[in-house]
Amino acid sequence: MSHHNYITGKSKYMNPYLAGVILGLVLLLSFYLTGRGLGASGAMKSVVVTAVETVSHEKADASGFYHKYIADGKNPMSSWLVFEILGVMVGGFLSGALSGRLKLKNEHSPNITGRRRIIFAVIGGALFGFGSQFGRGCTSGAALSGMATLSLAGFVTMVAIFGTAYLFAYFFRKNWI
Amino acid sequence: MGPIVPIFEISTELNFLIAFIIGIGFGFALEQAGFSSSRKLAGMFYGYDTTVLKVFFTAAIVAMIGLVFFNYFELIDMSIIYVNEYFVNSAIIGGVIMGVGFIVGGFCPGTSVCAAAIGKIDAMAYLGGSLIGIFAFGETYPLWKDIYMKNYLGGVKLSTTLGISDGLMVFGVIAMAVMMFWIGEWAEKKFRRPDITNEL
Repeated sequence: MSHHNYITGKSKYMNPYLAGVILGLVLLLSFYLTGRGLGASGAMKSVVVTAVETVSHEKADASGFYHKYIADGKNPMSSWLVFEILGVMVGGFLSGALSGRLKLKNEHSPNITGRRRIIFAVIGGALFGFGSQFGRGCTSGAALSGMATLSLAGFVTMVAIFGTAYLFAYFFRKNWI
Repeated sequence: MGPIVPIFEISTELNFLIAFIIGIGFGFALEQAGFSSSRKLAGMFYGYDTTVLKVFFTAAIVAMIGLVFFNYFELIDMSIIYVNEYFVNSAIIGGVIMGVGFIVGGFCPGTSVCAAAIGKIDAMAYLGGSLIGIFAFGETYPLWKDIYMKNYLGGVKLSTTLGISDGLMVFGVIAMAVMMFWIGEWAEKKFRRPDITNEL
């Protein structure tokens, strides 16, 4: 499989340090323009709140969790992070297109079946989604953007996420290596 | 002087357009780095590919240095920049649950969106799972509410906690990052798995 990278002209993926500088500049631009950093799980929360509200407005209105996003007739989809995530989809797609990586594929270790990979992806996603609400943000909004402003919460969340993943890596090694 | 949107009272519509454009840059950088591949992301936890470490910390220090200099040259009003609020218990518990989700699912929310955009089916499954997880939290919120709100310290900075200047703090983070980059490069040789990395 030889995918030619039209941007770097050489390796498949961009040099990680260069990609990191670009990501850092995007993050800095976000702070400079809007006063806030990047995020992801917040947009997904908007989707969930919208779904709950559509099914039962009374229930959403009475909930301690959903209420604040729909109070005073607010539309949860009318949020900065929703538009930012739509941009992430477009940006990811453009990058994949430029580098010849657009392909329907269930990526998994040859040691496990595709079905097992999907089941674990759903469970992992559910845990991360749950944790992102508990921790008030995910790797982008809490850890990365938080660290950029030197926030203590950002550093703590970062250490908790990566530290725990390392601690549990041994038990899930068959899924990956 | 920044931040532009709150200071110049930019309209919500324009602010959403800015969000969309910033998102394009975010998604593009993530995908170019290889964050659209779960096996590449997971490599970080087994040492064969430490791209996550390199990209994440490079991005964090670039933004950190940028903010410190913008502040120094009075290009930005740091008093209206959002600093994440610290609720001790929920930040740690949430982080631990996310960490398990990371190694089980192979993505975090942002990277899963980016990977789904180029057609990764495991990422689409992960995205579906994350919506279920958020819904589960919303439905069980009364159970967690107390611990979720416990030990609130406000938007406190690590530099303030340690009693050092922001500049010195950034310097310390850079020094640590460089050390971790060195360990990452070492790990990629020590735990190399060409059978995996050549496929990614």
